[in-house]
Amino acid sequence: MADEKIPYTQYLQADGSVVGNLPEFAEDQELVLALYRHMNRARRFDTKAVAMQRTGRLPTFPPALGQEAFHVGFASAMSADDILFPTYRDGPAQMVRGVQLEELLLFTAGDERGSDFQVPRCDFPQAIPIATQTAHAVGAAYAMKLRGEKSVAVTTIGDGGSSKGDFYEAMNFAGVWQAPVIFLINNNGWAISTPRDRQSAAPTLAQKGDAVGVPGQQVDGNDVLAVYHVVSEAIAAARSGKGPALIEALTHRLTDHSTADDASRYRDADLLSEQWKEEPMIRLRTYLSNQGWWGKEDEESMLTELDQEIERAVENFEASDAPEAAAMFDYMYAELPADLMAQRAEVIAAHGHEGDGS
Amino acid sequence: MTEVTLVQAVSMALARAMEEDENVVLLGEDVGVNGGVFRATKGLQKKFGSERVIDTPLAEAAIAGVAVGMAAQGLRPVAEFQFMGFSYPGLDQIICHASRLRNRTRGRLSCPIVYRAPYGGGIHGPEHHSESTEALYAHIPGLRVVIPSSPVRAYGLLLAAIRDPDPVIFLEPKRIYRAVKQDVEDDGEALPLDLCFTLRDGDDVTLVTWGAAVKETLAAAETLDSRYDIDAAVIDVATLTPLDMDTILASVEKTGRCVIVHEAPSTGGFGAEIAARLAERGLLSLLSPIERVTGYDVVPPGARTEHRYLINEDRIIAAARRAVFFPEAPTEQDHTMEDA
Ligand SMILES: Cc1ncc(C[n+]2csc(CCOP(=O)(O)OP(=O)(O)O)c2C)c(N)n1
Ligand SMILES: [Mg+2]
Repeated sequence: MADEKIPYTQYLQADGSVVGNLPEFAEDQELVLALYRHMNRARRFDTKAVAMQRTGRLPTFPPALGQEAFHVGFASAMSADDILFPTYRDGPAQMVRGVQLEELLLFTAGDERGSDFQVPRCDFPQAIPIATQTAHAVGAAYAMKLRGEKSVAVTTIGDGGSSKGDFYEAMNFAGVWQAPVIFLINNNGWAISTPRDRQSAAPTLAQKGDAVGVPGQQVDGNDVLAVYHVVSEAIAAARSGKGPALIEALTHRLTDHSTADDASRYRDADLLSEQWKEEPMIRLRTYLSNQGWWGKEDEESMLTELDQEIERAVENFEASDAPEAAAMFDYMYAELPADLMAQRAEVIAAHGHEGDGS
Repeated sequence: MTEVTLVQAVSMALARAMEEDENVVLLGEDVGVNGGVFRATKGLQKKFGSERVIDTPLAEAAIAGVAVGMAAQGLRPVAEFQFMGFSYPGLDQIICHASRLRNRTRGRLSCPIVYRAPYGGGIHGPEHHSESTEALYAHIPGLRVVIPSSPVRAYGLLLAAIRDPDPVIFLEPKRIYRAVKQDVEDDGEALPLDLCFTLRDGDDVTLVTWGAAVKETLAAAETLDSRYDIDAAVIDVATLTPLDMDTILASVEKTGRCVIVHEAPSTGGFGAEIAARLAERGLLSLLSPIERVTGYDVVPPGARTEHRYLINEDRIIAAARRAVFFPEAPTEQDHTMEDA
């Protein structure tokens, strides 16, 4: 998919061997181990959430299986003051940003409190109407620039979403305003059943920036070091006033679109097993053990810790009461309008006041 | 005759229309290879080829807009929005062009398009997957808004919509996509647009509804009869616009009472239009105030508390009894169903 005019970055190949000169941070053991841990945390949580959906304990869930390097790489490159405008696929990135597992479970369960996460307070909730979040990021970036702040807005979109007008329009604004915003495309090859080549005749999605003066590049989205590196550089440039950037990460969606989907209806099984060979975790583990930073025992104790954390979150989530009946009215406006009071009283009369799960 | 669900009846009608008329084409996200996320177009691409069953890029504005160009060129596009909540990027094209191309060109060009979308709540969907915004479309002159509430009506009304010379917004109540099976004869017979369906005759109160709420309304009518000896008529509006007010007025003339039931929020909902017309033309037959049983004026709550928002049989029964007892309050306590 690479194109001569579009830069492409990769450091870790599928077998864990290194190409080119690694950036300096790759020697930072603590940082790289943190990336690895985040990726594992994401995958364990994902697996748990899918299992919960299968047993009727959660509604539809969109796994990020296979795309952990993308999510963890870019989210780790952001600083706390930057702002994320995510999609439904970005739970793992939100986890890196500080959103709690329990909050993600609440969101998935259709409990609005899951979008009132305690950290990071300025990040947007997951956008479900595709591509709409890209304009929000540009608006926020404009505001930050206007106030002379050094923060950067980061927004994600899928290969499918990149076909929507909102995406071009948002990038165009960002280009004109030289707004500090990073557009990240998670090109996982599919928009539900629609393959990448039915989405656009352009050889790369990164070149979509060209038409609006936003520099585009591609990165191996299965290589967390590469993702972390290119996103860090783009953020640093935007922070120093150099304007927006577009980065297309090439990933594979290694499972169904969501738990409501069955990819075997439209995806070739052989293709999937080929793609598993490029999976992002194994290559990083190989790198870690080649560095002498990671062994079997480290792996085992990390997984045990992660699973314990996840179990605790699930327990807390399942023990939580449903929101109060009146809550559906109480956040519609800053103050409850008189016209809504009768409806609110009717709901309380029918369902009680307390969040008792009824 | 085959026993089919509502969503299967949609597929049957689409297949029938495509067989009959080579100008009928389907387009939308995931409608082809995947057969639609609800399987409404299952098997159709295999049968009719990828040129007539088109998997589009992800862009609802373009889906709505290319349908206008196709239609003006003599094709009969049936465009799918994957969910009603994702139809809004198409509004520009639908409001500014599809609904008015005939009028703008004094009939020279027209838009025989069907825009299909699953709509309504009750499936534990994520945010934006439970919209009931039919009133937005009903407000646009030049469109037909058609909503089937059974497999038989899905088949007959969809065929009628595809054959109709003007644009139709065809909203499929996904909560009852698979709720019941009915014998549907694949005979190519359309049902009439622009007419209400009287599902039950009654002398005491007229229940007016559409979409998935037909299910609870019919159940309420049964309970009103068996438990309270109240004889309720049930009217499925089916085509919201242009509205068949005569059928509703005729029933209310007989019963003197009307309860309008819809899942969408109350304010500016299509029930308000029906109530206004009753006030204009039927005021003197009314023995009690018009009742509305609707969604509340809030964002549909997420899956965890959605059941508190969705209308239920109890609310319909209570409203019907208030109407029947007016000006007294119903004496016996309303029975309450187990809270879901
Ligand atoms: C405007 C809009 N249209 C349709 C949908 C339904 N939908 C949800 S995800 C999806 C595919 C998105 O694919 P892509 O952008 O590649 O992201 P991915 O799911 O692969 O991460 C579709 C069509 C939606 N959420 N919003
Ligand atoms: Mg994708």
